[in-house]
Formats: sequence, C-alpha cells, structure tokens
Amino acid sequence: MTQAVIRFTEVSKGFVRHSGRRLLGGHLVHRLRSSGKKEVFWALRDVSFEIGKGESVALIGANGAGKSTLLGLVAGLAAPDEGTVSVTGRLAALLELGSGFHGDLTGRENVYLNGALLGLSRAEMKRQFDQIVDFSGVREFIDEPLRTYSSGMIVRLAFSVAIQVEPDILIVDEVLAVGDQSFQAKCLERIAAFQRSGNTLICVSHVPSAVQDLCPRAIWLDHGRVVKDGPSPSVIEDYTQGRLAAVGS
Amino acid sequence: MWRGDAIYLLQNLILKDFRIRYRNMSLGVFWSLLNPLVMMGVLTFVFTQVFPRASTDGPFAIFVLCGIIPFNFFALAWSSATVSIVDNVTLVKRVSIPREIVPVSVVLGNCVHLGIQIALLLLLVIVFGKGVNVHWLWLPLVWVLEIAFVCGVGLLFSALDVYVRDMRYVVESANTVLFWLVPVFYPLSSVRPEFHFVYEYNPIAALILVLRTILLEAKPPVPSTLVKLAFTSLFALILGYIGFRMLKRRFYDYL
Repeated sequence: MTQAVIRFTEVSKGFVRHSGRRLLGGHLVHRLRSSGKKEVFWALRDVSFEIGKGESVALIGANGAGKSTLLGLVAGLAAPDEGTVSVTGRLAALLELGSGFHGDLTGRENVYLNGALLGLSRAEMKRQFDQIVDFSGVREFIDEPLRTYSSGMIVRLAFSVAIQVEPDILIVDEVLAVGDQSFQAKCLERIAAFQRSGNTLICVSHVPSAVQDLCPRAIWLDHGRVVKDGPSPSVIEDYTQGRLAAVGS
Repeated sequence: MWRGDAIYLLQNLILKDFRIRYRNMSLGVFWSLLNPLVMMGVLTFVFTQVFPRASTDGPFAIFVLCGIIPFNFFALAWSSATVSIVDNVTLVKRVSIPREIVPVSVVLGNCVHLGIQIALLLLLVIVFGKGVNVHWLWLPLVWVLEIAFVCGVGLLFSALDVYVRDMRYVVESANTVLFWLVPVFYPLSSVRPEFHFVYEYNPIAALILVLRTILLEAKPPVPSTLVKLAFTSLFALILGYIGFRMLKRRFYDYL
C-alpha cells in the first residue's frame, strides 16, 4: 500500500441522546435534575482502518450501521469523541447531491454557488464552467430556474459540479442509482478515469452489487463496528449471507 | 478539510440571498425603501400630532429616520443570522465549509438592503435642506463598526440557536424591547443623565446618536461616543468569533 490518505485510529463517535433538550425548558430541566449521567449512543466504536492513495473502497452496511457518521468524520463535518481521524487532500463528498441547490436560482447560478461550496475558486470556476454544463447535458435550460428541472436533470447538474472539483478523494453515497442509463454510463466512465489518475474513491451503498465493480476492497460496518475489511467479493458474500441469515431467523 | 476560496464562497452566498429575496418580489428594491418610509411617516405622525413634544434638532422625519434605519438593520440582521445555521442544516451537515461563513453571509446580505436605505436617508437629508458636510466622511467608519458588531452578535446567537432552538424567540423579544431602549424617536437629552450609560455602551444607540450629530447638527461625532462604539463593536466581534469557534465543534451532533 502506498501512503495512507485516510487513517482512522480507534475512532469512536457517540451521540448523547438529547430528546427534547433542544428547547430552553429542556435544557433547564436537564440541568436541574442532571446527575452527570449521560446516555450515549455509539454510532461508531473503535473503528480503525487506512485507505491508501489511489485505492477504491466500498463501504457497506445496513441502515444505521454508521456509514453516514463515518463519512461525516472523513469529510471533517464532525469530530471524533475518541481516537484520531486524519485525512489528506482535497475531498469532494457527493453525500446528498445538490444539497446546496436552490429552486429559485437558475441552473447557472446554482453551478456557481455549488462550485464555491465544494471549494472551487473563481478562476477554477471560470475555466471549468463550460465543461460542467456540457457534462450535465442541460445547457439548453441553464438559465431557467432550477424548480423547472426534472429531478434527473438536477442530479446530473449536481454530479457534474462535484466531479469537476478535481478532488483527491471522492465520496459517492448512493448516488449512482439516479439519472438515466446513458448518464449513469457517463458517470461511471468519469469515475473510472478518476480512479485511473491515482485518486481515492469511497463508495457507499446498502446494495453491495452496485459498488462491487468499482471497488476492489470493501469494509463492512455493522452497529458502529468494522465486521470485515478485505477484498470486495468475499466481504460482500459474507455480508449478503449475514443478511439472508438475519431475514431467515 | 475544506480548501476552497472563502471570499468567493461568501460572495456567492450573499448573491444567493439577494437574488432569492428580490426575485420573489415584484416591486423588488422598493420594498427596502417602503418599510422605513412607512415607519418614518407613522412615527412622525404620532410624535408630532398625537404626542407633540419638545423640539428636536432638524426635521422630525429625518430625526426619526436616523433611528429607524440602524435599528431595522440590526433587528433584521440579528434575527436572520440567529436562525442561519439551523435553517441551512443541509449545508452545515453536508459540506465542510468554514461554518462562520453562514451567519456572516446573512449579515452582509442584509447590508445590500442597508445600502439602499442609507442612500434614501442621505437623499432626504439633502431634500430637507440639511446639505452635505465634511463630517460625512465619518459615516463609512461608523457603519462598518455597526456591521462588525452585528457580525459578532450574529455569530454568537447562530451558534447558540443550534443548542437552544428557542433562541430565535429570545431574539425576537429582545428586538421588541430594544426598539424602546434605543433612541429611535426621542433624543438622548430627554433621558436622565444617570441612564446615559445604557445608551453609550449600546452600539446601536451610539450609532444613532453619531448619525444625528453628523447629519443634523453638521458636527463631528463626540470622540468619547465614537471610542465606546468602536470598543463595544470590536469586543462583540471577537467574543462572537471565539464563542462560535467553541460551540461549532458539536454542531453536527445537535443538528
């Protein structure tokens, strides 16, 4: 393995259950009768792994296994409670495509805004705007408000912006199931090119077969712990069997 | 880590606010002018016709507008900045932008509004025959201090709102109270001297006093007021920034 771009060392991330304590009254009541005991839900527990430069890794697990929390830590959105997370390089996370998009802005305005959010500078945006629009295939409608777009068009535009950020690490979260077939093929082609140029890819899915082709390595998370980390086919086989067993019992 | 261009992002966020706000208004920028003009008309009517009172410097309409514009800016920017983090949860939880940018962009977005209203004020000052004077050169400085103050307060309260969601109602109520505690429609001279400190250490009140001194009396601002304005504004900015940095660590958990 070459140098690690993502390194998790015994990482734990917990969430304090704070039902109702988001309001002032809740805070006061909590302070008054708090005995210092906190009920913590551990979304991740003692997770350690390394991802090297140029690796492609699939992250699999059922809903609530801790995938999103793990991605949040990789993306620097949250800090771990225990252990250390180190990430080097520019990162683009397609966590929820188009989360910064706004319906009242035109396609063009949304591209500028989203590019800036993902970290493009003015010069980069100027240089890459046409490529983004061409890739998305919505040039005809680029000056129309986004709310007139179909959901497929929005996803295409969002993906086009994210891939143009030229990240070192790309996180793809359940987003390849969208868009029509020809656009999906285009995306996969683009991701393959991204992999070939030595960048790091993390795919997330609860449908493992979707990511098997892209990622030779897989990490299986369950209830916040790494169950298995290794070559995709064997991890995915175990994961599928584990799920079948769970359904069967 | 997010390695983008923070200034470029800030510009884009401000533009977004501006576009969304004005695209949904058929009268566009006129709304920015209508509100202070209506308030000016009502307050002038009440305090010259209903409660006639001791004379103030210059025409009452301008006198009261010098109070309305800073107060409105503060109230609007403070309350919209307070809810900015919670309302932009998709940005804060999905993109690792420096979170400070969100409330600051909201405050600066309100400055577009403010600019239009200041232009209206200056225009009316001239229309009412008060004329331009050399002390107008102080205006940019005092407005920048006010904006710095609101940025500080906005940073702090946007972070607090993440933890205590009814912070926005606290802010709303505080604004209602504040309308009476800053000299919008009365001069400081009607306030007993022992209460003056309430006004001098309140940057909004201090700004109103400075504006009246410059625009209506054509005098330079009182140095002690100016120093207190600068001190409290910078203090609020630093406090807000430090408070935000401390509180932002657990945003993800509370959003």
